[in-house]
Amino acid sequence: MSLLRIARVGRRFATGTEALRDASLEIAAGDFVALLGPSGCGKSTLLRLIAGLDAPDSGFLAWGDGAPAPGEIGFVFQDATLLPWATAAENVFLPLRLRGMAWAAARAEVDAALARVGLAGFAGARPRELSGGMRMRVSIARALVGRPRLLLMDEPFAALDEFTRHALQDDMLALWRDARCTVVFVTHSIYEASFLARRIVVMTPRPGRIACEIASPLPPAPAARFSPEYAALVGRVSGVLRAEMA
Amino acid sequence: MTRWPPILAGVAALLLWQGAVWASGVPAYLVPGPLAIVRAFLDAPALLLGSLLSTLVVTFTALAVSTGLGVGLAVAITASRWARAAIQPWAVALQVTPVVAIAPLIIAWVGDPFTALVACATIVAFFPIFSNTAIGLASPPGELLDLFRLNGAGRWATLRLLRLPAALPYFLAGLRISGGLALVGAVVAEFVAGAGGFASGLAYRILESGYRLQIPRMFAALVLLSAAGIAINAVLGAAGTWLLRRRGEA
Ligand SMILES: Nc1ncnc2c1ncn2[C@@H]1O[C@H](COP(=O)(O)OP(=O)(O)OP(=O)(O)O)[C@@H](O)[C@H]1O
Ligand SMILES: [Mg+2]
Repeated sequence: MSLLRIARVGRRFATGTEALRDASLEIAAGDFVALLGPSGCGKSTLLRLIAGLDAPDSGFLAWGDGAPAPGEIGFVFQDATLLPWATAAENVFLPLRLRGMAWAAARAEVDAALARVGLAGFAGARPRELSGGMRMRVSIARALVGRPRLLLMDEPFAALDEFTRHALQDDMLALWRDARCTVVFVTHSIYEASFLARRIVVMTPRPGRIACEIASPLPPAPAARFSPEYAALVGRVSGVLRAEMA
Repeated sequence: MTRWPPILAGVAALLLWQGAVWASGVPAYLVPGPLAIVRAFLDAPALLLGSLLSTLVVTFTALAVSTGLGVGLAVAITASRWARAAIQPWAVALQVTPVVAIAPLIIAWVGDPFTALVACATIVAFFPIFSNTAIGLASPPGELLDLFRLNGAGRWATLRLLRLPAALPYFLAGLRISGGLALVGAVVAEFVAGAGGFASGLAYRILESGYRLQIPRMFAALVLLSAAGIAINAVLGAAGTWLLRRRGEA
Protein backbone atom coordinates (compact mmCIF):
# COMPACT_ATOMS: atom_id res chain seq x y z
CA MET A 1 0.00 0.00 0.00
CA SER A 2 1.30 3.45 -0.87
CA LEU A 3 2.22 5.54 2.14
CA LEU A 4 3.31 8.55 0.14
CA ARG A 5 3.41 9.54 -3.48
CA ILE A 6 5.75 12.34 -4.46
CA ALA A 7 4.64 13.69 -7.82
CA ARG A 8 6.84 15.83 -10.07
CA VAL A 9 8.05 17.93 -7.16
CA GLY A 10 10.21 20.99 -7.80
CA ARG A 11 11.92 23.32 -5.36
CA ARG A 12 13.79 26.51 -6.20
CA PHE A 13 15.20 28.56 -3.33
CA ALA A 14 15.04 32.34 -3.06
CA THR A 15 18.77 32.37 -3.84
CA GLY A 16 17.96 31.04 -7.32
CA THR A 17 19.31 27.55 -6.65
CA GLU A 18 17.07 24.93 -8.17
CA ALA A 19 17.47 21.97 -5.84
CA LEU A 20 14.79 19.66 -7.27
CA ARG A 21 13.02 19.41 -10.61
CA ASP A 22 10.27 16.93 -11.40
CA ALA A 23 11.24 14.48 -8.69
CA SER A 24 8.75 11.62 -8.48
CA LEU A 25 8.83 8.75 -6.05
CA GLU A 26 6.42 6.36 -4.45
CA ILE A 27 7.03 5.04 -0.95
CA ALA A 28 5.18 1.96 0.27
CA ALA A 29 4.32 1.40 3.91
CA GLY A 30 7.00 -0.69 5.61
CA ASP A 31 9.61 0.05 2.96
CA PHE A 32 13.26 0.92 3.57
CA VAL A 33 14.31 3.38 0.89
CA ALA A 34 17.81 4.78 0.47
CA LEU A 35 18.17 8.10 -1.34
CA LEU A 36 21.58 8.06 -2.94
CA GLY A 37 23.16 10.85 -4.91
CA PRO A 38 26.10 13.23 -5.18
CA SER A 39 26.53 16.08 -2.74
CA GLY A 40 24.18 19.00 -3.38
CA CYS A 41 21.70 17.04 -5.51
CA GLY A 42 18.76 17.88 -3.26
CA LYS A 43 18.50 14.83 -0.97
CA SER A 44 18.10 16.86 2.22
CA THR A 45 15.70 19.18 0.44
CA LEU A 46 13.53 16.24 -0.58
CA LEU A 47 13.59 14.88 2.98
CA ARG A 48 12.50 18.24 4.39
CA LEU A 49 9.65 18.34 1.88
CA ILE A 50 8.51 14.90 3.01
CA ALA A 51 8.71 16.02 6.65
CA GLY A 52 6.58 19.07 5.90
CA LEU A 53 9.37 21.39 7.07
CA ASP A 54 9.43 22.97 3.61
CA ALA A 55 6.91 23.18 0.77
CA PRO A 56 7.44 22.40 -2.92
CA ASP A 57 7.16 25.14 -5.56
CA SER A 58 5.64 22.73 -8.05
CA GLY A 59 4.22 19.22 -7.92
CA PHE A 60 2.69 17.72 -4.82
CA LEU A 61 2.93 15.08 -2.11
CA ALA A 62 -0.04 12.76 -1.65
CA TRP A 63 -0.34 10.77 1.56
CA GLY A 64 -2.21 7.47 1.36
CA ASP A 65 -3.66 7.78 4.87
CA GLY A 66 -3.84 11.54 5.17
CA ALA A 67 -0.97 13.85 6.07
CA PRO A 68 0.89 12.76 9.20
CA ALA A 69 -0.04 14.35 12.51
CA PRO A 70 2.61 15.94 14.73
CA GLY A 71 4.93 13.23 16.01
CA GLU A 72 4.09 10.71 13.31
CA ILE A 73 7.34 11.52 11.55
CA GLY A 74 10.65 10.75 13.23
CA PHE A 75 13.70 12.64 11.99
CA VAL A 76 17.34 11.78 12.57
CA PHE A 77 19.86 14.43 11.52
CA GLN A 78 23.51 14.11 10.57
CA ASP A 79 24.49 15.39 14.01
CA ALA A 80 22.79 13.96 17.08
CA THR A 81 21.51 17.48 18.03
CA LEU A 82 20.62 16.53 21.60
CA LEU A 83 19.77 19.07 24.27
CA PRO A 84 23.14 19.37 26.03
CA TRP A 85 21.58 20.16 29.42
CA ALA A 86 19.23 17.17 29.40
CA THR A 87 19.95 13.53 30.22
CA ALA A 88 19.61 10.78 27.63
CA ALA A 89 16.19 9.88 29.04
CA GLU A 90 15.03 13.51 29.02
CA ASN A 91 16.19 13.86 25.41
CA VAL A 92 14.26 10.76 24.38
CA PHE A 93 11.24 11.99 26.36
CA LEU A 94 11.23 15.32 24.48
CA PRO A 95 8.94 14.41 21.53
CA LEU A 96 6.40 12.84 23.89
CA ARG A 97 6.61 15.82 26.21
CA LEU A 98 6.00 18.22 23.33
CA ARG A 99 2.87 16.26 22.54
CA GLY A 100 1.64 16.77 26.08
CA MET A 101 2.53 13.47 27.69
CA ALA A 102 3.52 13.42 31.37
CA TRP A 103 6.78 11.86 32.47
CA ALA A 104 5.08 9.18 34.54
CA ALA A 105 3.06 8.00 31.55
CA ALA A 106 5.99 8.19 29.13
CA ARG A 107 8.60 6.59 31.32
CA ALA A 108 8.08 3.00 30.19
CA GLU A 109 8.24 4.01 26.52
CA VAL A 110 11.37 6.07 27.06
CA ASP A 111 13.10 3.19 28.83
CA ALA A 112 12.04 0.81 26.07
CA ALA A 113 13.36 3.13 23.36
CA LEU A 114 16.70 3.47 25.13
CA ALA A 115 16.90 -0.29 25.58
CA ARG A 116 16.13 -0.83 21.88
CA VAL A 117 19.23 1.16 20.90
CA GLY A 118 21.37 -0.59 23.51
CA LEU A 119 21.54 2.25 26.04
CA ALA A 120 19.50 0.78 28.87
CA GLY A 121 22.13 1.72 31.48
CA PHE A 122 22.61 5.30 30.30
CA ALA A 123 19.27 6.95 31.01
CA GLY A 124 20.84 9.47 33.38
CA ALA A 125 23.91 10.33 31.27
CA ARG A 126 24.34 13.79 29.73
CA PRO A 127 25.34 14.10 26.08
CA ARG A 128 28.88 15.20 26.94
CA GLU A 129 29.39 11.99 28.89
CA LEU A 130 28.50 9.89 25.84
CA SER A 131 30.58 8.95 22.80
CA GLY A 132 29.59 10.13 19.33
CA GLY A 133 28.07 6.73 18.54
CA MET A 134 26.09 6.66 21.78
CA ARG A 135 24.79 10.16 21.13
CA MET A 136 23.57 9.04 17.71
CA ARG A 137 21.85 6.08 19.40
CA VAL A 138 20.05 8.51 21.73
CA SER A 139 19.04 10.53 18.69
CA ILE A 140 17.61 7.38 17.03
CA ALA A 141 15.78 6.45 20.23
CA ARG A 142 14.32 9.96 20.30
CA ALA A 143 13.05 9.49 16.74
CA LEU A 144 11.59 6.05 17.47
CA VAL A 145 9.97 6.73 20.83
CA GLY A 146 6.70 8.07 19.43
CA ARG A 147 6.36 5.02 17.14
CA PRO A 148 6.42 7.16 13.99
CA ARG A 149 4.76 6.01 10.79
CA LEU A 150 7.73 7.29 8.87
CA LEU A 151 11.35 7.57 9.92
CA LEU A 152 13.46 10.07 7.95
CA MET A 153 17.23 9.89 8.35
CA ASP A 154 19.65 12.39 6.80
CA GLU A 155 23.13 10.87 6.62
CA PRO A 156 22.88 9.88 10.27
CA PHE A 157 26.09 7.84 10.36
CA ALA A 158 28.28 10.02 8.12
CA ALA A 159 30.20 11.55 11.02
CA LEU A 160 30.94 8.25 12.79
CA ASP A 161 33.98 6.00 12.56
CA GLU A 162 33.83 2.77 10.55
CA PHE A 163 33.34 0.38 13.52
CA THR A 164 30.57 2.42 15.09
CA ARG A 165 28.96 2.91 11.70
CA HIS A 166 28.84 -0.83 11.02
CA ALA A 167 27.41 -1.53 14.47
CA LEU A 168 24.72 1.11 14.03
CA GLN A 169 23.89 -0.11 10.52
CA ASP A 170 23.39 -3.65 11.86
CA ASP A 171 21.20 -2.28 14.66
CA MET A 172 19.26 -0.16 12.20
CA LEU A 173 18.24 -3.23 10.24
CA ALA A 174 17.06 -4.97 13.41
CA LEU A 175 15.13 -1.88 14.51
CA TRP A 176 13.44 -1.62 11.14
CA ARG A 177 12.45 -5.30 11.22
CA ASP A 178 11.07 -5.03 14.76
CA ALA A 179 9.44 -1.60 14.61
CA ARG A 180 7.89 -2.22 11.20
CA CYS A 181 8.00 1.44 10.29
CA THR A 182 8.85 2.98 6.95
CA VAL A 183 12.36 4.40 6.56
CA VAL A 184 13.73 6.93 4.09
CA PHE A 185 17.46 7.04 4.54
CA VAL A 186 19.65 9.67 2.84
CA THR A 187 23.26 8.75 2.27
CA HIS A 188 26.06 9.28 -0.19
CA SER A 189 27.68 6.00 0.65
CA ILE A 190 27.06 3.31 -1.97
CA TYR A 191 27.99 0.66 0.60
CA GLU A 192 25.58 1.94 3.20
CA ALA A 193 22.71 2.21 0.72
CA SER A 194 23.36 -1.26 -0.66
CA PHE A 195 23.56 -2.88 2.75
CA LEU A 196 20.56 -1.21 4.39
CA ALA A 197 17.92 -0.45 1.83
CA ARG A 198 15.29 -2.62 0.26
CA ARG A 199 15.13 -0.06 -2.54
CA ILE A 200 17.99 2.12 -3.63
CA VAL A 201 16.83 5.33 -5.27
CA VAL A 202 19.55 7.08 -7.26
CA MET A 203 19.25 10.81 -7.83
CA THR A 204 20.79 12.94 -10.57
CA PRO A 205 23.09 15.89 -9.89
CA ARG A 206 21.30 19.19 -9.25
CA PRO A 207 18.56 19.92 -10.05
CA GLY A 208 17.78 16.57 -8.52
CA ARG A 209 15.45 14.07 -10.13
CA ILE A 210 15.08 10.36 -9.56
CA ALA A 211 17.43 8.72 -12.04
CA CYS A 212 16.56 5.10 -11.34
CA GLU A 213 15.67 2.59 -8.67
CA ILE A 214 17.38 -0.65 -7.80
CA ALA A 215 15.64 -3.31 -5.73
CA SER A 216 17.92 -5.07 -3.29
CA PRO A 217 18.11 -8.86 -3.45
CA LEU A 218 19.83 -9.03 -0.03
CA PRO A 219 18.23 -10.29 3.17
CA PRO A 220 17.98 -7.59 5.86
CA ALA A 221 20.60 -9.14 8.11
CA PRO A 222 24.18 -8.33 9.21
CA ALA A 223 25.49 -11.45 7.48
CA ALA A 224 24.53 -9.96 4.11
CA ARG A 225 27.60 -7.72 4.34
CA PHE A 226 29.81 -10.73 3.60
CA SER A 227 27.79 -12.24 0.77
CA PRO A 228 28.81 -12.15 -2.90
CA GLU A 229 25.37 -10.68 -3.66
CA TYR A 230 26.32 -7.62 -1.62
CA ALA A 231 29.51 -7.13 -3.62
CA ALA A 232 27.54 -7.53 -6.84
CA LEU A 233 24.93 -5.00 -5.71
CA VAL A 234 27.59 -2.45 -4.77
CA GLY A 235 29.11 -2.93 -8.22
CA ARG A 236 25.77 -2.44 -9.91
CA VAL A 237 24.91 0.72 -7.96
CA SER A 238 28.38 2.14 -8.65
CA GLY A 239 27.89 1.54 -12.34
CA VAL A 240 24.55 3.31 -12.35
CA LEU A 241 26.01 6.29 -10.44
CA ARG A 242 28.99 6.52 -12.79
CA ALA A 243 26.66 6.54 -15.81
CA GLU A 244 24.54 9.18 -14.08
CA MET A 245 27.46 11.50 -13.35
CA ALA A 246 28.83 11.26 -16.90
CA MET B 1 49.80 27.68 41.39
CA THR B 2 48.19 30.49 39.45
CA ARG B 3 46.85 31.92 42.72
CA TRP B 4 50.20 33.02 44.01
CA PRO B 5 51.65 35.40 41.40
CA PRO B 6 48.92 38.06 41.75
CA ILE B 7 49.06 37.91 45.55
CA LEU B 8 52.84 38.14 45.63
CA ALA B 9 52.81 41.00 43.15
CA GLY B 10 50.21 42.80 45.23
CA VAL B 11 52.15 42.40 48.47
CA ALA B 12 55.34 43.57 46.78
CA ALA B 13 53.58 46.64 45.41
CA LEU B 14 52.16 47.49 48.84
CA LEU B 15 55.60 47.16 50.46
CA LEU B 16 57.19 49.33 47.78
CA TRP B 17 54.43 51.91 48.18
CA GLN B 18 54.78 52.07 51.97
CA GLY B 19 58.58 52.21 51.66
CA ALA B 20 58.43 55.03 49.13
CA VAL B 21 56.04 57.03 51.33
CA TRP B 22 58.36 56.66 54.34
CA ALA B 23 61.53 57.37 52.38
CA SER B 24 60.22 60.48 50.60
CA GLY B 25 58.26 61.85 53.55
CA VAL B 26 55.25 62.94 51.39
CA PRO B 27 52.45 64.11 53.67
CA ALA B 28 49.46 61.77 54.00
CA TYR B 29 47.06 64.38 52.54
CA LEU B 30 48.94 64.07 49.25
CA VAL B 31 49.78 60.36 49.06
CA PRO B 32 48.82 58.17 52.02
CA GLY B 33 50.65 54.88 52.47
CA PRO B 34 48.81 51.55 52.87
CA LEU B 35 49.14 51.72 56.65
CA ALA B 36 47.55 55.16 56.82
CA ILE B 37 44.68 53.88 54.66
CA VAL B 38 44.09 50.92 56.97
CA ARG B 39 44.17 53.28 59.94
CA ALA B 40 41.63 55.57 58.25
CA PHE B 41 39.35 52.59 57.76
CA LEU B 42 39.72 51.50 61.39
CA ASP B 43 38.92 55.07 62.51
CA ALA B 44 35.43 54.90 61.00
CA PRO B 45 34.57 51.34 60.01
CA ALA B 46 30.83 51.73 60.59
CA LEU B 47 30.64 54.84 58.41
CA LEU B 48 32.54 53.29 55.51
CA LEU B 49 30.84 49.89 55.67
CA GLY B 50 27.47 51.62 55.88
CA SER B 51 28.35 53.54 52.72
CA LEU B 52 29.46 50.30 51.05
CA LEU B 53 26.13 48.73 51.94
CA SER B 54 24.24 51.71 50.55
CA THR B 55 26.13 51.49 47.23
CA LEU B 56 25.65 47.72 47.09
CA VAL B 57 21.91 48.03 47.62
CA VAL B 58 21.71 50.37 44.62
CA THR B 59 24.00 48.03 42.62
CA PHE B 60 22.00 44.87 43.26
CA THR B 61 18.65 46.56 42.79
CA ALA B 62 19.89 47.82 39.42
CA LEU B 63 21.21 44.36 38.57
CA ALA B 64 17.85 42.78 39.40
CA VAL B 65 15.99 45.37 37.32
CA SER B 66 18.47 44.89 34.46
CA THR B 67 17.93 41.13 34.59
CA GLY B 68 14.15 41.44 34.42
CA LEU B 69 14.25 44.11 31.72
CA GLY B 70 17.09 42.53 29.73
CA VAL B 71 15.63 39.03 29.66
CA GLY B 72 12.10 40.33 29.04
CA LEU B 73 13.10 42.52 26.11
CA ALA B 74 15.38 39.80 24.69
CA VAL B 75 12.42 37.40 24.68
CA ALA B 76 10.28 40.09 23.05
CA ILE B 77 12.70 40.75 20.18
CA THR B 78 13.15 37.00 19.64
CA ALA B 79 9.40 36.43 19.52
CA SER B 80 8.43 39.23 17.18
CA ARG B 81 10.13 40.97 14.29
CA TRP B 82 8.05 44.03 15.04
CA ALA B 83 9.30 44.19 18.61
CA ARG B 84 12.87 43.75 17.37
CA ALA B 85 12.56 46.70 15.01
CA ALA B 86 11.00 48.80 17.75
CA ILE B 87 13.37 47.93 20.60
CA GLN B 88 16.81 47.18 19.17
CA PRO B 89 17.81 50.74 18.04
CA TRP B 90 16.71 52.27 21.35
CA ALA B 91 18.63 49.72 23.37
CA VAL B 92 21.76 50.53 21.35
CA ALA B 93 21.15 54.27 21.66
CA LEU B 94 20.89 53.92 25.43
CA GLN B 95 24.03 51.79 25.49
CA VAL B 96 26.20 54.28 23.59
CA THR B 97 25.00 57.34 25.52
CA PRO B 98 27.45 58.08 28.36
CA VAL B 99 25.60 57.81 31.63
CA VAL B 100 27.43 60.83 33.08
CA ALA B 101 25.73 62.92 30.42
CA ILE B 102 22.19 61.82 31.22
CA ALA B 103 22.54 61.23 34.96
CA PRO B 104 21.93 64.92 35.86
CA LEU B 105 18.68 64.85 33.86
CA ILE B 106 17.51 61.65 35.46
CA ILE B 107 18.36 62.90 38.92
CA ALA B 108 16.51 66.14 38.24
CA TRP B 109 13.45 64.41 36.77
CA VAL B 110 13.12 61.52 39.18
CA GLY B 111 12.29 62.94 42.57
CA ASP B 112 13.27 59.99 44.70
CA PRO B 113 17.09 59.79 44.89
CA PHE B 114 17.17 56.01 45.36
CA THR B 115 15.06 55.48 42.24
CA ALA B 116 17.23 57.93 40.30
CA LEU B 117 20.45 56.13 41.27
CA VAL B 118 18.96 52.74 40.39
CA ALA B 119 17.77 54.12 37.05
CA CYS B 120 21.27 55.38 36.16
CA ALA B 121 22.94 52.13 37.20
CA THR B 122 20.36 50.13 35.25
CA ILE B 123 21.05 52.12 32.08
CA VAL B 124 24.70 51.12 32.34
CA ALA B 125 24.13 47.50 33.40
CA PHE B 126 21.20 46.57 31.19
CA PHE B 127 22.85 46.07 27.81
CA PRO B 128 25.15 43.03 28.30
CA ILE B 129 22.31 40.99 29.81
CA PHE B 130 19.94 42.06 27.03
CA SER B 131 22.24 41.43 24.08
CA ASN B 132 23.78 38.23 25.44
CA THR B 133 20.38 36.74 26.24
CA ALA B 134 19.09 37.69 22.79
CA ILE B 135 22.04 35.90 21.17
CA GLY B 136 21.47 32.88 23.41
CA LEU B 137 17.77 32.70 22.57
CA ALA B 138 18.69 32.58 18.87
CA SER B 139 21.45 29.99 19.40
CA PRO B 140 19.62 26.63 19.04
CA PRO B 141 20.55 24.98 15.72
CA GLY B 142 17.95 24.77 12.96
CA GLU B 143 17.71 21.00 13.36
CA LEU B 144 16.47 21.33 16.94
CA LEU B 145 13.94 23.95 15.90
CA ASP B 146 12.80 21.57 13.14
CA LEU B 147 12.46 18.78 15.68
CA PHE B 148 10.22 20.96 17.83
CA ARG B 149 8.12 21.86 14.80
CA LEU B 150 7.79 18.20 13.76
CA ASN B 151 6.34 17.41 17.16
CA GLY B 152 3.84 20.23 17.01
CA ALA B 153 5.53 22.49 19.56
CA GLY B 154 4.19 26.04 19.68
CA ARG B 155 6.13 29.20 20.40
CA TRP B 156 5.69 28.97 24.13
CA ALA B 157 6.92 25.37 24.35
CA THR B 158 9.87 26.19 22.10
CA LEU B 159 10.75 29.15 24.29
CA ARG B 160 10.42 27.28 27.56
CA LEU B 161 12.03 23.97 26.61
CA LEU B 162 14.57 25.09 24.02
CA ARG B 163 15.36 28.78 23.70
CA LEU B 164 15.47 29.76 27.37
CA PRO B 165 17.59 26.81 28.53
CA ALA B 166 19.91 27.34 25.55
CA ALA B 167 20.27 31.01 26.51
CA LEU B 168 21.34 30.28 30.10
CA PRO B 169 25.14 30.20 29.52
CA TYR B 170 24.91 33.40 27.44
CA PHE B 171 22.76 35.08 30.08
CA LEU B 172 25.23 34.14 32.84
CA ALA B 173 28.16 35.61 30.89
CA GLY B 174 26.15 38.81 30.41
CA LEU B 175 25.14 38.90 34.07
CA ARG B 176 28.76 38.77 35.15
CA ILE B 177 29.66 41.76 32.97
CA SER B 178 26.54 43.61 34.08
CA GLY B 179 27.38 43.03 37.74
CA GLY B 180 30.56 45.07 37.41
CA LEU B 181 28.81 47.69 35.29
CA ALA B 182 25.97 48.09 37.79
CA LEU B 183 28.54 49.05 40.44
CA VAL B 184 30.21 51.49 38.05
CA GLY B 185 26.83 52.98 37.17
CA ALA B 186 25.82 53.32 40.81
CA VAL B 187 29.08 55.09 41.64
CA VAL B 188 28.89 57.44 38.65
CA ALA B 189 25.31 58.35 39.57
CA GLU B 190 26.31 59.00 43.18
CA PHE B 191 29.11 61.26 42.00
CA VAL B 192 26.78 63.24 39.77
CA ALA B 193 24.11 63.43 42.45
CA GLY B 194 26.65 64.52 45.06
CA ALA B 195 25.07 65.99 48.17
CA GLY B 196 21.74 66.22 46.29
CA GLY B 197 21.52 62.45 46.16
CA PHE B 198 21.35 59.88 48.85
CA ALA B 199 24.39 61.34 50.67
CA SER B 200 25.38 57.93 51.94
CA GLY B 201 27.11 55.86 49.23
CA LEU B 202 30.81 55.20 48.81
CA ALA B 203 31.12 57.74 46.00
CA TYR B 204 29.63 60.39 48.24
CA ARG B 205 32.16 59.39 50.91
CA ILE B 206 34.95 59.85 48.37
CA LEU B 207 33.69 63.32 47.41
CA GLU B 208 33.22 64.34 51.02
CA SER B 209 36.67 63.13 52.10
CA GLY B 210 38.15 65.01 49.16
CA TYR B 211 36.55 68.29 50.25
CA ARG B 212 37.74 67.76 53.81
CA LEU B 213 41.20 66.70 52.72
CA GLN B 214 40.78 63.37 54.52
CA ILE B 215 42.77 61.70 51.79
CA PRO B 216 43.47 58.40 53.64
CA ARG B 217 39.72 57.95 54.18
CA MET B 218 39.14 58.70 50.50
CA PHE B 219 41.58 55.95 49.59
CA ALA B 220 39.93 53.58 52.08
CA ALA B 221 36.58 54.15 50.35
CA LEU B 222 38.27 53.56 47.00
CA VAL B 223 39.74 50.26 48.20
CA LEU B 224 36.33 49.12 49.45
CA LEU B 225 34.89 49.98 46.05
CA SER B 226 37.38 47.88 44.10
CA ALA B 227 37.05 45.05 46.62
CA ALA B 228 33.28 45.13 46.08
CA GLY B 229 33.76 45.07 42.30
CA ILE B 230 36.14 42.12 42.49
CA ALA B 231 33.81 40.25 44.85
CA ILE B 232 30.76 40.81 42.63
CA ASN B 233 32.67 39.52 39.61
CA ALA B 234 33.96 36.48 41.50
CA VAL B 235 30.61 35.58 43.07
CA LEU B 236 28.67 35.89 39.79
CA GLY B 237 31.38 33.90 38.00
CA ALA B 238 31.33 31.11 40.58
CA ALA B 239 27.52 31.01 40.67
CA GLY B 240 27.43 30.71 36.89
CA THR B 241 29.97 27.90 36.78
CA TRP B 242 28.08 26.07 39.53
CA LEU B 243 24.77 26.35 37.70
CA LEU B 244 26.22 25.13 34.40
CA ARG B 245 28.07 22.29 36.07
CA ARG B 246 24.86 21.20 37.76
CA ARG B 247 23.30 21.01 34.29
CA GLY B 248 26.22 18.84 33.21
CA GLU B 249 27.61 21.42 30.78
CA ALA B 250 30.66 23.15 32.21
N1 LIG C 1 17.56 26.98 2.57
C1 LIG C 1 18.26 27.02 1.41
N2 LIG C 1 18.42 28.20 0.77
C2 LIG C 1 19.11 28.26 -0.38
N3 LIG C 1 19.70 27.22 -0.98
C3 LIG C 1 19.57 26.02 -0.39
C4 LIG C 1 18.86 25.85 0.84
N4 LIG C 1 18.90 24.55 1.20
C5 LIG C 1 19.62 23.93 0.24
N5 LIG C 1 20.01 24.81 -0.71
C6 LIG C 1 20.76 24.46 -1.95
O1 LIG C 1 20.07 23.45 -2.62
C7 LIG C 1 20.95 22.48 -3.14
C8 LIG C 1 20.58 21.10 -2.61
O2 LIG C 1 20.82 21.08 -1.22
P1 LIG C 1 20.61 19.78 -0.33
O3 LIG C 1 21.00 20.14 1.05
O4 LIG C 1 19.25 19.25 -0.54
O5 LIG C 1 21.68 18.78 -0.96
P2 LIG C 1 22.09 17.33 -0.47
O6 LIG C 1 21.82 16.41 -1.60
O7 LIG C 1 21.46 17.02 0.82
O8 LIG C 1 23.66 17.48 -0.31
P3 LIG C 1 24.64 16.80 0.74
O9 LIG C 1 24.80 15.39 0.31
O10 LIG C 1 25.90 17.57 0.60
O11 LIG C 1 24.00 16.93 2.08
C9 LIG C 1 22.35 22.92 -2.74
O12 LIG C 1 22.94 23.56 -3.84
C10 LIG C 1 22.11 23.90 -1.62
O13 LIG C 1 23.10 24.90 -1.65
MG1 LIG D 1 22.19 16.88 2.82
